[in-house]
Amino acid sequence: MRFLESPVGRKLVMTVSGLSMIGFVIIHLLGNTSLYYGADSINAYAKALHGLPPLLWGFRLVMLIMVSLHVFYGISLTLENRGAKTGKYAVRENVRSTFAGRSMIWTGLFIGAFIIYHLLHFTFQVIDPGTAASGHADALGRPDVFMMVVLNFRRLAVSSLYVCAMAALGLHLLHSLQSAFQTMGLSSDRTLPVIVRAGALAALLISLGYAAFPLSVLAGIIR
Amino acid sequence: MNLTLYVWRQSGPDEPGRLEQYEAWEITPDMSFLEMLDVVNEGLIKSGKEPIAFDHDCREGICGMCSQVINGVPHGPQKKTTVCQLHMRHFKDGDTLYIEPWRSRAFPVIKDLIVDRSALDRIIQAGGYISVHTGGVPDADAVLIPKADADTAMDAAECIGCGACVAACPNGSAMLFTAAKVAHLATLPQGRVEAARRVCVMTEAMLKEGFGSCSNHYECQAVCPKGISVQFIAKLNREFIKASFKKAGSY
Repeated sequence: MRFLESPVGRKLVMTVSGLSMIGFVIIHLLGNTSLYYGADSINAYAKALHGLPPLLWGFRLVMLIMVSLHVFYGISLTLENRGAKTGKYAVRENVRSTFAGRSMIWTGLFIGAFIIYHLLHFTFQVIDPGTAASGHADALGRPDVFMMVVLNFRRLAVSSLYVCAMAALGLHLLHSLQSAFQTMGLSSDRTLPVIVRAGALAALLISLGYAAFPLSVLAGIIR
Repeated sequence: MNLTLYVWRQSGPDEPGRLEQYEAWEITPDMSFLEMLDVVNEGLIKSGKEPIAFDHDCREGICGMCSQVINGVPHGPQKKTTVCQLHMRHFKDGDTLYIEPWRSRAFPVIKDLIVDRSALDRIIQAGGYISVHTGGVPDADAVLIPKADADTAMDAAECIGCGACVAACPNGSAMLFTAAKVAHLATLPQGRVEAARRVCVMTEAMLKEGFGSCSNHYECQAVCPKGISVQFIAKLNREFIKASFKKAGSY
């Protein structure tokens, strides 16, 4: 049987694509912390990234492939799994599964929709051209990313959306980190409880780390 | 003790089913769950009604025949216990119990609480065995097996194939069952020879039978009457990854 027809093979594709996205999410989080060092810092960082177009677009292409694989197999496996059940139990008690685990498809779809919004908002800057960094240069003539981020996050509606999306990301990661280790066969009775806790801690740190940006702007820490 | 039961009644595989209410009177705490149903059935037979059909065989927790979801948990509320070994002392007078069959596309209902679990047998037929030549009996200890490996294989071999893992899984997956068989044989030297082929054909058979895939919720281990660990699913995944790196057709 071909790798991609196997239930385990497709789960491995989910795992590898998911882990590469987690890698991106961590790098993106670390890069964004330059917001705390002021306009000069993040604008220089953004300019440096855009100064290497082959690297930037190569990276974006890889991420696009990973996201596409993850979404495709996520949806197709979920539909297949739903089809494996006939009817619901009149009474159902979940003994060990978690809300985070059972809602993977919904948090996943929400994060997917958020990524599209976020790309249109801060990357391609078409949602609110009035605040677009590409249209406003800072004192050194660089696109003013800092101003764009701060002006947008000062709006409660925008900030709330970002915080909600990061809560969904946290829930998604809460299940997915331990799940990734299990699917790759890297867990055992001895290590699984540790992996579950470490995964939960990482999920919390990542989602709080991201949610801190809009919250810091709202609180006036970043201005 | 007296109990109110809501039992799934379905006269045949293609008939619609429904929950019907029954009263179980004068049940003693020492009865097993199946003995309680026997009492209810005697009452039904006496009043000229069709008794509740349910699977059972050894009634000592080792055959894997009994298969009932009690109040939303396969094999009921007692951990590591089959329905036949579940005693009524774990319930209270006046309790209301919902009793349903395993629900999975791969396990069609035959009647009431009885489902057809031959799909699990076909997964075994696909590769859950070792090929050995018949002949003289080998010397004892001719093949040395470390104690730890023997223990691990025995832990996996505890699976009685009842299908509770499938019934509990939100995806209707038979991964714990398949993994227990794959891990049991792959841990022993006699089973290593065909390990790569086995994991491929058994997971393929699982898919063909209409079981879902594993998304690591671990409901299966929580309801397993033998406490089979999900670490065997990790072992199955390792075996699959190893098999994927082998040359195509080499097994």
